[in-house]
Amino acid sequence: MDAPLPGSSFTDLLDSIGALPSITLPQGEKTPLAPEGTTVLALRYQGGVVMAGDRRATEGHLVAHRRIRKVFAADKFSAVAIAGTAGLAIDMVRLFQVELEHYEKIEGVRLSLDGKASFLARMVRDQLPLAFQGLGVVPMFAGYDEKEGHGRLYSFDVVGGRYEEIDFGSTGSGSRLAKSYLRTVYTEDIDAGRAADIAVRALVSASQEDTATGGPDLLRRIYPNVVRIDIDGFAELGEDEVGPLAEAAVESIR
Amino acid sequence: MTIPFYVAPEQLVRDKAEFARKGIARGRSILAVDYANGVLLLAENPSTALHKISEVYDRIAFAGVGRYNEFETLRKAGIRQADLMGYLYSRDDVTAMGLATQFAQTMGIIFTRDPKPFEVELLLAEISEDGSEHRLFRVTYDGTLFDERNFVAIGGKSEELEAALADTWEAGLSLEDAFAAGVRAFRRAEGRDPEGWEAAVLDSANGRRAFRRIDVSEMPAVEDKGPSEGSDTV
Repeated sequence: MDAPLPGSSFTDLLDSIGALPSITLPQGEKTPLAPEGTTVLALRYQGGVVMAGDRRATEGHLVAHRRIRKVFAADKFSAVAIAGTAGLAIDMVRLFQVELEHYEKIEGVRLSLDGKASFLARMVRDQLPLAFQGLGVVPMFAGYDEKEGHGRLYSFDVVGGRYEEIDFGSTGSGSRLAKSYLRTVYTEDIDAGRAADIAVRALVSASQEDTATGGPDLLRRIYPNVVRIDIDGFAELGEDEVGPLAEAAVESIR
Repeated sequence: MTIPFYVAPEQLVRDKAEFARKGIARGRSILAVDYANGVLLLAENPSTALHKISEVYDRIAFAGVGRYNEFETLRKAGIRQADLMGYLYSRDDVTAMGLATQFAQTMGIIFTRDPKPFEVELLLAEISEDGSEHRLFRVTYDGTLFDERNFVAIGGKSEELEAALADTWEAGLSLEDAFAAGVRAFRRAEGRDPEGWEAAVLDSANGRRAFRRIDVSEMPAVEDKGPSEGSDTV
């Protein structure tokens, strides 16, 4: 508290006191087996963006967690979704959330949506050495651009490359399947309800062929996480909204 | 070489205190008032760009009077401290009490060690998760920490403000009533119409981040203010 640091970045603050989370694996050692998250996606609709993720984490051929969360609010107007090594990814999200809030409180204004995406890209790039050793994290980022007045979404690659998508995007083991479904049904004039519907259907579609993607578990009432960001900010769809969508999606493939 | 004059510690402390008090008295005051679901922070502030009231953490707000650069330094240090604690441990481990003692310590050290003390007075407000319990702390230029109840004022007119509020404050006020009571207290303490307001609340209805700035033009009390005719008309 006594030595005021310059700057508005929480990550730099953590770094300055040596508390930045970082791990380095010894050369030549086997990569530890850690749970991995799989399919997440985002798509734009008129006035906002929807983001969704399945709930399964796998460890090799086993299901490690049935109800893991992969879609998070980053701040009031953005969300982040994760695929890859779950433990590292969840920690990255936690740091990202604090980073955005910290900047907002120190500076009195929120970062621009582009600024948030750039910062997330930097965080992914910092994990590159671990990605080479099989512990990669690849997030997706989506939000409502308060200046431009519409939803935007970004996908990333493992080296920290940042790509803005104009319609939809997906990452994780089931992403190709999810994207092929979205490509067939997506149109840009959809509303929030339709966007949530096709998001859930795309996840169900991915779960049909990708064993690492968990479909809705109707018996245990485990449904995908679906969130929406529009001019009113971030909102998560409740079980009562996602449940019927998931049941309809499962019904349609029966 | 000149030999420094001996100055008695009592004299030194008195001089520093007087210097700090003068600086603070020039600043416009700030008020914190409990209401049913939270705490209202109200400041006379002609500027819309430079804030005196700010969010520190989920349910903690900060306000400072005096030299802007000095309380701004303290405000940022408080946010850094809070965010670090919350990240390294848990969000529940960040408390106004912890922050207030840190502020008191920092200001106490600066008061005794530095040639020029900070010309600032700070206020920290905190509400419980359900909004039913409120905590108010005041930290003075020399690092003295006060734990206050129901309402508190800082700045040059703090005593007059608190005296004015003591007559009108009661438990369970609505936000509008608390705002009206605050505005009345300011008019009475200052004896004039304040030049612009800055207002914010900590309210449990706002979710995890309880802090929200208030557009005073939406508050009924200010709309119908009219010419300043007396102390009790708002």
